[in-house]
Amino acid sequence: MATAALEPQVEFRTHYLNHAYGIKSWLLTTDHKRIALLYLASVTFFFFVGGAAAVLMRLNLLEPTGSLLEPATYNKLFSMHGIVMIFFFLAPAVPAVLGNFLIPLMIGARDVAFPRLNLLSWYIFMLGGAILMYAVIAGGVDTGWTFYTPLSTSYATGNVVAAAMGVFVSGFSSILTGLNFIVTIHKMRAPGLTWFRLPLFIWSMYATSCIFILAMPVIAITMVLLALERLFHVGIFDPSLGGDPILFQHLFWFFGHPEVYVLILPSMGVISELVPCFSKKRIFGYSFVAFSSVAIAAISFLVWGHHMFVSGQSVYAGLVFSALSFAVAIPSAIKVFNWTATMYKGSVSYSAPMLYAIGFIGLFTMGGLTGLFLASLATDVHLHDTYFVIAHFHYIMVGGAVMGYLGGIHFWWPKMTGRLYPDGWARFAAGVIFVGFNLTFFPQYVLGYLGMPRRYPVYPPEFQVLNVMSTAGASILGIGYLIPLVYLIWSMRYGPPAGQNPWGAKGLEWEKALSPPPPENFEETPVVTEEAYNYG
Amino acid sequence: MWHGFPLRPDQISTIAQGVDHLYYFLTAVDLFFTAGIFLTIFYFAIRYRRRSEDEQPPRIEGNLALEITWSVVPALLCGVMFVWGSSLYIRNSRPPEAATEIFVIGKQWMWHLQHPEGPREINELHVPVGRPIKLTMTSEDVIHDFFVPAFRVKKDVVPGRYSTIWFQATKTGRYRFFCAQYCGTFHSHMTGWVEVMTPEEYEHWLSGGVKTESMAAAGAALYQQFGCVTCHGTGKGPPFTNLYGNPVKLDNGQTVVADDAYLRESILDPSAKIVAGYSPIMPTFRGQISEEQILQIIAYIKSLSTAEGKK
Ligand code: HEC
Ligand code: HEM
Ligand SMILES: [Cu+2]
Ligand SMILES: [Cu+2]
Repeated sequence: MATAALEPQVEFRTHYLNHAYGIKSWLLTTDHKRIALLYLASVTFFFFVGGAAAVLMRLNLLEPTGSLLEPATYNKLFSMHGIVMIFFFLAPAVPAVLGNFLIPLMIGARDVAFPRLNLLSWYIFMLGGAILMYAVIAGGVDTGWTFYTPLSTSYATGNVVAAAMGVFVSGFSSILTGLNFIVTIHKMRAPGLTWFRLPLFIWSMYATSCIFILAMPVIAITMVLLALERLFHVGIFDPSLGGDPILFQHLFWFFGHPEVYVLILPSMGVISELVPCFSKKRIFGYSFVAFSSVAIAAISFLVWGHHMFVSGQSVYAGLVFSALSFAVAIPSAIKVFNWTATMYKGSVSYSAPMLYAIGFIGLFTMGGLTGLFLASLATDVHLHDTYFVIAHFHYIMVGGAVMGYLGGIHFWWPKMTGRLYPDGWARFAAGVIFVGFNLTFFPQYVLGYLGMPRRYPVYPPEFQVLNVMSTAGASILGIGYLIPLVYLIWSMRYGPPAGQNPWGAKGLEWEKALSPPPPENFEETPVVTEEAYNYG
Repeated sequence: MWHGFPLRPDQISTIAQGVDHLYYFLTAVDLFFTAGIFLTIFYFAIRYRRRSEDEQPPRIEGNLALEITWSVVPALLCGVMFVWGSSLYIRNSRPPEAATEIFVIGKQWMWHLQHPEGPREINELHVPVGRPIKLTMTSEDVIHDFFVPAFRVKKDVVPGRYSTIWFQATKTGRYRFFCAQYCGTFHSHMTGWVEVMTPEEYEHWLSGGVKTESMAAAGAALYQQFGCVTCHGTGKGPPFTNLYGNPVKLDNGQTVVADDAYLRESILDPSAKIVAGYSPIMPTFRGQISEEQILQIIAYIKSLSTAEGKK
């Protein structure tokens, strides 16, 4: 490994990073790679905004009396944390950063199908983010990310409409991105790149894009109805205006459940790239992994009622939604088994991306399995809206999706920047994150089973020990997230040159494109003659 | 700070044990698979670690038999969980006929609880041990949720409708209840205690303290006060005798059963369902009458029904 003092010698060559300079060349770019980096900067910003809110919440929970923050402040923090993390960090993280960067490179295209639309998506996203930040700074929102009515429409005092508009606007960004990806994947694959030769990352991005364009319009409409009722007292959801509050929950979760799969499917795609590469083996059961993405996307539209088992839904509806929720567990299980089997008889090495991938598999497994407690009716009655649910979805979203995202960033960083980061630090950070994560969220399973409700800044003293453990874990986790921020930024300038394919990986982006790729990606259109993951 | 270190919430209702057994089963399955995956990964990680850079692993495409096994086995396990969880749920959601009814009204940010015999409580619920209790719940404002961890029961308390839960406590003592649905600024203050007493203590508690009239008596007074009597006592509106629990013929030919929800709707939204043979002259009382008063009037109407009057 080159030392920091030694300025690495990169042979001069034009690539997408140096072929133009200046702010304008970035803000007006239509290059999917540059747009990916714009997203990278934006979602990183939002991640640390959301993370700061989480840190304050965890500090407040050190004491049962919640003496650090006013309840109203705490409520604004978890609302902001939820909205930012879901809509402005995790939903765009893998698709808009890695998807944007990689889809054209992986399928041998020069760019996405609609490069200008792609830039527009980013502007719409930033506009939505700006509206949300305005809502937060001008007093905050206190409805939770779920915006339940009639609290949000008739009682909450915060900037509900502004926050809802932030979500509304950013939804269009996802719709346009989804549309762009679908057309790109259909129309711009290199000669010879048939559907079953596609990397599995592409399959998962395809499934994600379908969810984007089907689910996002629903939340957009719902947010508009919410604003209509709040501003003009049109009776839609508030029973005192003649509306139905449960209708809101149906609309919200009809979008909301597919949305949570939007958060995890892309990371699943990343893992399907990392495991074969670091095992030097073709993925086990390619078509099963591919079709399980499609199955997950399809079934995800049919399970929304599992968020409403105790909200007054009929027993029969409960039974149907419970059964369908169990059904969605099967394709997820298939993926986990196939990733594990891919390592069998492989040649497994442990660079940082692989550590993240292994962390993903373990934590996602735990998150997924605890979902069974919530799909099962009798236990969900007890666990619903307790910390058990918080633990469950953080295992999926943070243990799973964020781990996968970081794994992907570490894997493709050399491609994106042309530089290597210090692998030792990266492996250390992965370990810190894994330990910190479990210490933060495992105690919350127990807390939930004991009955601690979520969204409680003040709680009974018997829950304190577990809360202190959780906050201790959160401090470790926070440090774990800061370490990569430091060495990745450092590596952009001082990292040793990566070379075209530092991992010996298969795939057009590694085998046919330089690091960093030239503006037009490939010198000549690649022709594909073999299937994906043709290791060995 | 330690206050003991419980790993399981108190098991104080007749359904708690059943729910916990399912919980243990799920935990066992969860542990089995998590451990299985972790150990397999660790084993592969060590056994197949890269020993030299030019190692060439064998090519393995997949294995159909394995794929089928690891789809079918989880599917079967899920089937077991589904049937187990659902049958418990169905059983737990049906209150026994003989259950004593208590009324719960959630409002930002406190719980009102009212016993038919009259006593009202705030953020405290006194119940006798060993007797089924049915809670009929509604909200004055936003959605709340009544959650008693020790009983393993929870249900949203939704404005504009009645929801019910039931439980039968198995041990005397004080147990916490919470509002589990986020309801605004002081959501986390919307908590209280269930006080489970012996039946004798409970009777004593009911008759002791401040003398209060029963809910039905309070309802009878409201019947006069709101002027319901000017129509319903004169033939301009249908009489309430033997109305509760019986079918009502509507002017559109349909029949509905006069239950709590129907009566509530008739008072707040009289034009929604018109009784056959009457003209729609009843004014709405929305905005004038509180949820608590509605429950009292319902209790009054209920008290006018006799066993012989049951159709
Ligand atoms: C102006 C006369 C009038 C007044 C005052 C009035 N009602 Fe009515 N009410 C009616 C008439 C007429 C009907 C039957 C037509 C209908 O269903 O709207 C009715 C129907 C009902 C029903 C449905 C009865 C059934 O047999 O299905 C209920 C319950 C009821 N009223 C309750 C009340 C209560 C409680 C009040 C006082 C708070 C009240 N009403 C005041 C005229 C009145
Ligand atoms: C990185 C991705 C993360 C995502 C996507 C995420 C998402 C969410 C969501 C959706 C909620 C629910 C908000 C609501 O109830 O309205 C939530 C709550 C919460 N999260 Fe996160 N979170 C993330 C990371 C973290 C981290 C790293 C921590 C801790 C250090 C954390 C701590 C909390 C806490 C304390 C709550 C509040 C629980 C409550 O009172 O209901 N989150 N998170
Ligand atoms: Cu869901
Ligand atoms: Cu509440």
